[in-house]
Amino acid sequence: MAELSIVLSGEAGQGIQSIESMLTALAKRARFHVFATKEYMSRVRGGCNSTEIRISRQRVTARVARIDLLIPLTKEAIAHLGDRIEDSTLVIGEKAIVGYDRMIDLPFSAIAAEVGGAVYANTVAVGAICALLKIEAGECERGVRAFFERKGAEVQEANAEAFRRGYARGLALGPGLAAAIEPDPAVAGEIMLTGADAVALGALAGGCDYVCAYPMSPGTTVLTAMAEYSKSFDVIVEQVEDEIGVANMAIGAWYAGARALVTTSGGGFALMSEAVSLAGAIETPFVAHLAQRPGPATGLPTRTEQGDLDLAIYAGHGDFLKIVLAPGDLEEGFSLARAAFELADRFQSPVFILTDQYFVDSYYTTPAFELPLAPPTRQVVETAPGYRRYALGSSDGISPRGIPGLGEGIVCVDSDEHDQGGYITEDRAMREAMVAKRLAKIAAARKAAIPPKLFGDPRYKTLLVGWGSVKAPVLEAMAALARPGLAYLHFPWVHPMPRGVREYLEAATTCVAIEGNATGQFADLVELETGRRFDSRILKCDGYQYTVEELTERISALL
Amino acid sequence: MATNAFDFESKPDISWCPGCGDFAIRRSLLAALQELGIPRGKLVMVSGIGQAAKMPQYVNSSFFNGLHGRALPAATAIKAVAPDLTVVAEGGDGDMYGEGGNHFLHAARRNPDIALFVHENMVYGLTKGQAAPTSRVGMRTPVQVFGVTSEPLNPMALAIAMNVGFVARAFSGDIEGTTRIMKRAILHRGFALVDIFQPCVSFNKQNTLQWFKENTYPLEEGYKADDRAAAFARALEEKPFPLGVLYESAERQPFEELLPAYREDKRPLRERAHDMAALRAAVMAKA
Ligand SMILES: Cc1ncc(C[n+]2csc(CCOP(=O)(O)OP(=O)(O)O)c2C)c(N)n1
Ligand SMILES: [Mg+2]
Repeated sequence: MAELSIVLSGEAGQGIQSIESMLTALAKRARFHVFATKEYMSRVRGGCNSTEIRISRQRVTARVARIDLLIPLTKEAIAHLGDRIEDSTLVIGEKAIVGYDRMIDLPFSAIAAEVGGAVYANTVAVGAICALLKIEAGECERGVRAFFERKGAEVQEANAEAFRRGYARGLALGPGLAAAIEPDPAVAGEIMLTGADAVALGALAGGCDYVCAYPMSPGTTVLTAMAEYSKSFDVIVEQVEDEIGVANMAIGAWYAGARALVTTSGGGFALMSEAVSLAGAIETPFVAHLAQRPGPATGLPTRTEQGDLDLAIYAGHGDFLKIVLAPGDLEEGFSLARAAFELADRFQSPVFILTDQYFVDSYYTTPAFELPLAPPTRQVVETAPGYRRYALGSSDGISPRGIPGLGEGIVCVDSDEHDQGGYITEDRAMREAMVAKRLAKIAAARKAAIPPKLFGDPRYKTLLVGWGSVKAPVLEAMAALARPGLAYLHFPWVHPMPRGVREYLEAATTCVAIEGNATGQFADLVELETGRRFDSRILKCDGYQYTVEELTERISALL
Repeated sequence: MATNAFDFESKPDISWCPGCGDFAIRRSLLAALQELGIPRGKLVMVSGIGQAAKMPQYVNSSFFNGLHGRALPAATAIKAVAPDLTVVAEGGDGDMYGEGGNHFLHAARRNPDIALFVHENMVYGLTKGQAAPTSRVGMRTPVQVFGVTSEPLNPMALAIAMNVGFVARAFSGDIEGTTRIMKRAILHRGFALVDIFQPCVSFNKQNTLQWFKENTYPLEEGYKADDRAAAFARALEEKPFPLGVLYESAERQPFEELLPAYREDKRPLRERAHDMAALRAAVMAKA
């Protein structure tokens, strides 16, 4: 067997997360590739949530519909998962609570009580699952002890005992799941982290030293991660009164020499749009992480969608450069977050990192990120007397950026139209020169754009086109289809449109857009740019990321 | 040659109306900055939008003239990122108490070491005469055609209620008095509010220079500014309104001094870089 898909489902606050984090840690330790994703309701207690964990011999980076092993914690879990439960799904748990006919009874709480209390039920469950996975018991037990290392010897011992009992009960279930999964030694040196962590580490690598935000799911994930890093790095983290204040604070921070990050979701980002325009006008860098969730308005607060692309590229009034990046996997989450700071600084313009709930919450094993030897240098100049912030004359519209306190010049920025020194002007020639300066940066950024990346058959007939987090499910669906003449064009840089896109599309007989939104916002942009219409659009707006099976089916229906 | 380090060699083209109180406030500001001997390169003037908020344009120093109502978040960040700079935020009553009202409340809570000068002309000047949050009840404008009905905002009482460590009211008609208060506000460690009564000659025919003279009085010699409850009582006084430093306390620590980033290292952020070995360790902590 190559892999196993395990689903845990129950109420919020019931312990799904403890089982999940212990199990994924043990599986990684046993050198399996691990992928985990969760879907949850917008409530703190109750309801019905689920976590899917894939444990595999190969790298796995997308969610699947298939469930090999289900651990329901409540009755509702069965109905919640609906037709994802098939005849082949092994359902294990407390029959007295769940009351599902087809399930194998394994009374976690009763076993936990023997050890000393209901708190150990999760560890009992993990023990049973590890037995079914045929992971070596001794190694697992060491993993359990390591997991509870900070809780003291007593807790460690009790959990080890709970684990052993669960493991024994798991073994007693018989063959259960066919064969053991082969581990992959390469996993040993790999890291396992969420999309939010990847973005946070990328931000640090990009020199981020100021973070401000107003809490909003799923953007808060990066705020929390950065707050944790503020314990070991010089990063100022501030929760601000509202997103308008957030954005203006970040721009002030950049002006004074920091590399600031804001993190939010669509509603919060909407409040920032006047400040985005300010960054454009005063040519001050700005980096926003926008973790999308379904709108309009409050929408589905804890679910996922790629519906804010138009919001991002059209944010702010007036004509000015905005760069929009959209990571499709953890490595891109890291490298694009890092690049965002360099780009913002270089082009003295706003840069947005577009992720989504699915992206920030999911995690998996991946090779450790490559880090540069030296930290990035701030792209600022020491000013001399007579320094003018908006000096004209460069072909790319970029003028050397001074910051107050560095050098003898003064740094004057104004949201009103201004002259080269930053002073208000209504001179028509100056107005036109400043507009031209700002527009020149759009052209320069397009030239510097990260080009889209082609996966699959280079002599394709059918070209799939997508951006951001649909990358992983598309690639796995393509692998499952294994069709010649099929390729996927992935865009990590979505705006301004990189050059050469038309050539990619013209080489195909059929072009299919794939997005996680209701209309195909990116497809519209590509059509506008290339004049080539998509033959089909695969779209989704139910609040969930595509499963591999779903995409496989929808793509194959078009072939 | 300009005699004041913060003035210009050639006269700037100032867009205030002749007779506007803003000119007098500018004189006070330039004098305060000069007398405090602030190095010119170490001052940042921060403002939003409005006639008052144009002040940074007329001060020869670095400035951040951002969006209407949004001066304080930017100013807070500038001071937090570069504590070696002197940061002065300035703007109108509409800018700071209306559009920026939420930021005002939260700047009071955070307590960054910023001096805030608010020009209180009880009207929106730049947009030609609509009511400000400080307009008196009954004032008629082209928008409030039946007269203002909302209670005017009381910035003194509000700031004292929020435990702002320096709360003062000045009057543009008294240039020396305003200069003295501004100097103390800039020297105060923490958020300092100076609300400056100012006539708007074009759009406020009700609260004129004469009206302000008749409806204010200077705090008496020997007034003790360290009693918060007494200061609050003074802040509630109207017609006449007391002028001077109503409340002063060094009890609260400034925002940026409380930031962990400055606990051991006092350098501004621009002089620092992350330790790449620590970053590598942070990545490998995920292994
Ligand atoms: C977001 C936004 N809304 C409205 C305006 C228009 N506006 C500019 S200044 C101003 C009010 C000015 O009044 P005040 O702050 O009291 O300054 P004054 O002109 O009286 O000195 C308004 C409403 C704007 N620039 N931006
Ligand atoms: Mg006003």
